[in-house]
Amino acid sequence: MTRAEGMARLAQALTSTSLVVACNGLISRQLFGCSDRPSNFYMLGSMGLASSIGLGLAMAQPDKEVIVLEGDGNLLMNLGVLASIAASGAANLRHVVFDNGAHESTGGQKTISDVAPLERIALAAGYPQAARVDAPEAIPAALQDLREAGGPTMLLVETEIGSRPAPERVAQPPSQLTRRFRKTVLGREP
Amino acid sequence: MNSASFVDLLEENGYDFFTGVPCSYFAGVLQVLDRESRFAYIGAVREDSAIGVAAGAYLGGRQPVVFTQNSGLGVSINALASLNIIYRIPVLLIVSWRGQHAIDAPQHRIMGSITEGQLDLLKISSVVLDSTSVAQQLRDLTQTMLDTAQPVAILIPKGSFDS
Repeated sequence: MTRAEGMARLAQALTSTSLVVACNGLISRQLFGCSDRPSNFYMLGSMGLASSIGLGLAMAQPDKEVIVLEGDGNLLMNLGVLASIAASGAANLRHVVFDNGAHESTGGQKTISDVAPLERIALAAGYPQAARVDAPEAIPAALQDLREAGGPTMLLVETEIGSRPAPERVAQPPSQLTRRFRKTVLGREP
Repeated sequence: MNSASFVDLLEENGYDFFTGVPCSYFAGVLQVLDRESRFAYIGAVREDSAIGVAAGAYLGGRQPVVFTQNSGLGVSINALASLNIIYRIPVLLIVSWRGQHAIDAPQHRIMGSITEGQLDLLKISSVVLDSTSVAQQLRDLTQTMLDTAQPVAILIPKGSFDS
């Protein structure tokens, strides 16, 4: 599947109260293009920190589902956070990794996710459950299984490389993204 | 100063989320945070990851603190620049100042000599903890943090806290 197909299917499977942290690069742009909502937080920089941000958010908002969307390159930059997430026991955290085996945002340079299966590393770090899918139609059921599993869980979505034409850039300036996200989470003007 | 009193001051100033990476300079403070489950202190694996966790907590409505040695401030420069500063995500950085007077272990000398410079370059307001005026220092620093929605830092010299 292309990541666009996977992203579209995943976006449909979110609930209206799901909070989403999307990593920098094409993943944020793709989510913005297919399903922009105030409860999406789009990163521009700080590569490698999407799952850390998701962890802090999940701890601060334990009653809401927090979905982290990142790529294999992002997660490989900060594998240690898998242990932090597992240790936190954050039952509301779903960690979704779009794995195309490449740093696509910078030109498609190969990563090492082919020899380091990320969902198995997550299980070894202590995630109670993780799954790998390679077809868009498998995403909703896989996500539902992980929701029912309890504990922080990972869904690895295998995709092909190739997002041409490149999706548009996120329109709002970063400080406005913070403001609208907090307003949605807090239910009032922050 | 007394570590428990410092934690009290943090609470009085509204801080309610604590994460970071340890340093012996503030070991006493972390001991207080670890002792009481209501603080839910999160020991991070890296300092920039702690910055990310704190940013997520702020997005979720909390007022976070990150503990880090000054070596970890170096690790966190890009996170502060491309996350906190441009997104206006405030955080109180409690930064131990290894190598403050160039009389520390070799690995701390260079970072110690550029700790204040790094904060200045990032335009992050900072103070050096003074136990005789720390209550006022934390009030002022917190006010700056909230008014500007930017990170601020308090530098912790050797021997600041009891253990």
